[in-house]
Amino acid sequence: MNVYAYFVAGWLLIAGGYGIVRSRHMVHAIVSLAVSQSGTYVLLLAVGYQHNVTAPVFGSTEKPTKQVVDPVVQAMTLTDIVVSATVTALLLALAVQVNKRQGTVNPDDLAALEG
Amino acid sequence: MTTPAAGQLLPVLVAAPILVACLLVAVGPRLPRPAVDVLATGTALGVTGVAALLLVVTDPGRTVSWFGGWTPVHRVSVGIPFVADSVSAGIALLVGGLMSCSLLYSWRYFESVEGHFHALMLFFLAGMEGFALSGDVFDMFVFFEVMGAAAYALTGFKVEDESAVEGGLNFGIVNSLGAYLSLTGIGILYARVGQLGLPQLGDALAHKPPDALVVAAFVLIVTGFLVKSAMVPFHFWLADAHAVAPAPVCVLFSGVMVELGLYGTARVFWVVFGETIPLDDIRRTFLILGATTAVLGAVMCFTQRHLKRLLAYSTISHVGLFIIGFACLDPDGTAGAALYVLGHAGVKAALFLIAGVLLDRYGSVDEVDLYGRAKGQRLMPWLFFGSALGLAGLPPFGTALGKSLIEDATLVHGFDWGPALFVLVSAVTAGAVLRAGLRIYFGLGPEPQQEDADKTKGDEEPDTPRLARVPLTMVVPIVVLVLGGLAAGVVPHGGQAVAHAAERLIDGKGYIDQALTNAAPTPLHPEPKADWTTLGVLLGVVSTLLAFGFAALGLWAQKLPRPMQAVSAAFRPLMRVLHHIHSGHVGDYVAWLFVGVAVLAGLVGIPLR
Repeated sequence: MNVYAYFVAGWLLIAGGYGIVRSRHMVHAIVSLAVSQSGTYVLLLAVGYQHNVTAPVFGSTEKPTKQVVDPVVQAMTLTDIVVSATVTALLLALAVQVNKRQGTVNPDDLAALEG
Repeated sequence: MTTPAAGQLLPVLVAAPILVACLLVAVGPRLPRPAVDVLATGTALGVTGVAALLLVVTDPGRTVSWFGGWTPVHRVSVGIPFVADSVSAGIALLVGGLMSCSLLYSWRYFESVEGHFHALMLFFLAGMEGFALSGDVFDMFVFFEVMGAAAYALTGFKVEDESAVEGGLNFGIVNSLGAYLSLTGIGILYARVGQLGLPQLGDALAHKPPDALVVAAFVLIVTGFLVKSAMVPFHFWLADAHAVAPAPVCVLFSGVMVELGLYGTARVFWVVFGETIPLDDIRRTFLILGATTAVLGAVMCFTQRHLKRLLAYSTISHVGLFIIGFACLDPDGTAGAALYVLGHAGVKAALFLIAGVLLDRYGSVDEVDLYGRAKGQRLMPWLFFGSALGLAGLPPFGTALGKSLIEDATLVHGFDWGPALFVLVSAVTAGAVLRAGLRIYFGLGPEPQQEDADKTKGDEEPDTPRLARVPLTMVVPIVVLVLGGLAAGVVPHGGQAVAHAAERLIDGKGYIDQALTNAAPTPLHPEPKADWTTLGVLLGVVSTLLAFGFAALGLWAQKLPRPMQAVSAAFRPLMRVLHHIHSGHVGDYVAWLFVGVAVLAGLVGIPLR
């Protein structure tokens, strides 16, 4: 595995964070958070990836002795995606409520909490 | 040491609340409200009972449970463990106890609420129990997010309140980003070692030099946990979330969720990195960050008028003191921090519930609006001032005993400023609480002016029609909590039991060996030093007196002689800057989060080069 994937993972993580910092719209901020999280998917999959081997599914044609990519990180990524879906949905619901109550979803204009 | 049957208790603590929560989501709206209340509170009490049983059977060793019977063979395992020692079982008990109090209090706190609130609370309970017991770093991340998601929803529970949804959103974004940084660290660690279980990781890393990848993994993993425990500069979300969350939810946030973040840091450090990263390096890092957190929290606390926000900053400040206890990296400091957490949980939770009572009776949690309005009450002022004195560290509260142990530990390590910092910080935070209480319950001092546009006001909408008198279901939890805070300091041999628990927590090698080979636990110190000392009692009394001094200063600030007025005016620009930094802007919070990661990485990494 070359290092390219790790750079992509790091880039996504930081780009997502930067997106939240500079965000002018709560939905944009929440999607930026999801971008940041996709960095972790890339990282985890890159950790388990091997060149020229198959998926970790064994059966009559695939003997358990055969080399496969690491299934643990794939399971972790799946869990991670489930977590992401939950959190994103919840945050988007809160953003809808913010819009209903304050009439704006620009973090620069939200001023219910200060000091 | 422990019977195999004891291991069966561990999953129950997580599974039971989740099952009942699912039931409540499904049939809750069709059940009458009292049935929902009884079912949820009963579940929490049941979990508390199981946790108490676990604590009894675990002491003084550890209880290990490998899911699906995947026990290790020759120190190798692909299984996922739950490991309880006295600290994690004690936290499980604390979580259950606080949740029971909080659910009982909610019977009358919420006028109209369906099963959703109770279901969320039970999911929250399951997440916290799982995080405390997990012996696998990826599971810790998952439980971290389970409790996180429940907590974000509970923060924004009052969806009609504009600040509640905004607070929940800020909390959610900052904490989730922290969790993803943790996951990145976990990925790096897995890439380096090929393991995820804490004992397996610790075994693989033991005695290896700390290379850049290991240090990066450590910094990233603990970043997520420290965001939860609101260490400066990760602390911004906490004040927003506490200010807007319903009072019974704040009890859990301040009482145990924030402390769980620090517990996670301590657990991961001692088991996984304890024999890799030098102790001096970690001690220096966390002493600096802990002291900064304590001071900044105290300063912000003193300048609040929103009662729950004031208590929130007081929590930040106390977390700083807990971090200093952890940073001593010895049995005494750790035991002190554990006792302090117990005492603090009792009195701080009681104060949040009393703030909820004020909201339900007078329709506000604002110190200025409530000035003199709660005069002539009989029980509540006693409970309020009792808790405030507990917060100040008046012996024999558990807080005082914990503080005195940490103070001793800082002196042993040659940090002479330790006791002074502890006395000052607890005096300032308790002084702010006392000032608010004296204004609200006795109308002391000149009537405060409506000024300071840069401060959040406490104009929260109550969740119930005005209560003419405080119902018993609200009084009982408050009394129980205050007595609990007191009990942490006065139960005979309580200090020694906590000291033994602390020895287990910092014994990473013992944890690894017992989990992987079922080795007998290392023998404990027969007579741990965990009793009241003259110096500790004296410092506790001094900080209480100073707290009254600060309270008086806050009350009669306008009446000060002119030279002192000039001194306070000199601080005003600095305060304005501080309030400006706490902007309520989620982008700013995330920027600070990245600054914090850089600072943490610098403090841990640069001395190792």
